[in-house]
Amino acid sequence: MTHTLELVGLERRYGERIALADVTLNLGHGATLVVFGPNGAGKSTLLRVLAGLLRPHDGTLRVLGHRLPDEDWAVRGRIGLLGHDPLLYRDLTGRENLRYHASLHRVDEPRIDEVLEAVGMERRADEPLRSLSRGMVQRLAVCRAVLHDPELLLLDEPRANLDPAAGALVEPLIGRASGRTRVVTSHDPVGGLAEADLVLGLRAGRPELLEWAADVDPAAIAELYR
Amino acid sequence: MTGERDSDPSAPREDPARTPRRGPSTATAVGAILRKELRVELRTLESVPAMSLFSVTTFVLFHFALNRDSVSGDLASGILWVTLLFSSVLAINRLFVADEEQGGFDGFLLAPVDRTALLIAKFLTLLGFLVVLEIVAVPAFGLLLLEPSLGRVLVRLVGILLLADVGIAAVGTLVAALAVRTRARDLLGPLLALPLLVPVVIGAARACAPLLGAGHPGSVPVRWLEILGLYDLVFGLLAYAVFDFLLED
Repeated sequence: MTHTLELVGLERRYGERIALADVTLNLGHGATLVVFGPNGAGKSTLLRVLAGLLRPHDGTLRVLGHRLPDEDWAVRGRIGLLGHDPLLYRDLTGRENLRYHASLHRVDEPRIDEVLEAVGMERRADEPLRSLSRGMVQRLAVCRAVLHDPELLLLDEPRANLDPAAGALVEPLIGRASGRTRVVTSHDPVGGLAEADLVLGLRAGRPELLEWAADVDPAAIAELYR
Repeated sequence: MTGERDSDPSAPREDPARTPRRGPSTATAVGAILRKELRVELRTLESVPAMSLFSVTTFVLFHFALNRDSVSGDLASGILWVTLLFSSVLAINRLFVADEEQGGFDGFLLAPVDRTALLIAKFLTLLGFLVVLEIVAVPAFGLLLLEPSLGRVLVRLVGILLLADVGIAAVGTLVAALAVRTRARDLLGPLLALPLLVPVVIGAARACAPLLGAGHPGSVPVRWLEILGLYDLVFGLLAYAVFDFLLED
């Protein structure tokens, strides 16, 4: 039996600039890792490396029991990524976008209606994305991320652009109640800590805080942003 | 970080679904991508109308620049193929732009799909755009510039067009995938595509020239058809071999 995530000395650079360095942690199945850090700290890079979209330059990485990037074929379709970009085509409707992703993930049509209904977008699903508000697009992006029932969710500030009601709607899909293993980036110390099992604080790509959520002093999180 | 406590979230627990997911067949994925491409093009009208308008405008420009009412033979064939080549560059430049700008690459790479599906779908998309372009451009060429009638050579001309289109689509897909991830993609696309497509233009223009002669149409030189066929095969295989690497980080 292995952890869902196993990172040892993970490093990623963009040219000469170090975006991530010395990240070592394990995360068990069904647990939530919340990543804090100022802009440019490496949070989004970490999620993209875990998703297999960026190659680590050093260290070892196992996701869902498979070593990346060598075995990335084995984790494709098992990860849901919700990033800053919705990964949806602006000229297609929400339903057309989801139908496209459903075909690529071998998901049946009823699942599309199910997730659209869950986020309250069934009535606006046939409008082109470019005519929808950012909050609505974010809800559709949530649908896209969970459409194929992924085991691991990688969520980059998932409640950005969502009003409280929409935040409550997406909670069963991407919140703790979803039962999935999650890596969530956040700038909200209170909300982030509330849903975390493990907390990682990054600054300039390096871990400055790695503690169980119960042991974390919110002041230590605030210190990351100074 | 590792821990010893039972409640430790880093402690491994049984994951009931720890098996790779089965994705759709390559054909299903190609179909899905093609449907998406068609919808996007029908909604935005970004590629085919621009290509068609460009080609018709170029024929009009040749008409006035050459100060001739009609052309035939080598000159006609050269004008037709250079115009089609430059028009095709417009589509090549746009082929992956929506995928790069709107996260289509990431969405595709996260799915349990054979990456060749994207190559095949984009190749077929570009091929389709070229065919539609030629449905507009070739009759326009016949009306605006060509001296002999197209009707008597149409079947043979269509054969050469298709053979050349396969080469343009193979190289175009490869170049578009390479260029789109660079900052200078609008510049790099044509700079890479045009030299690589010189053999297609030479082969297609030489093969077409006898068909577009002023007198009785001549026979198509088989040598140039063989060269076009060989070019299609080589660049088709090359695109297949390297496309996965172009999608890598």
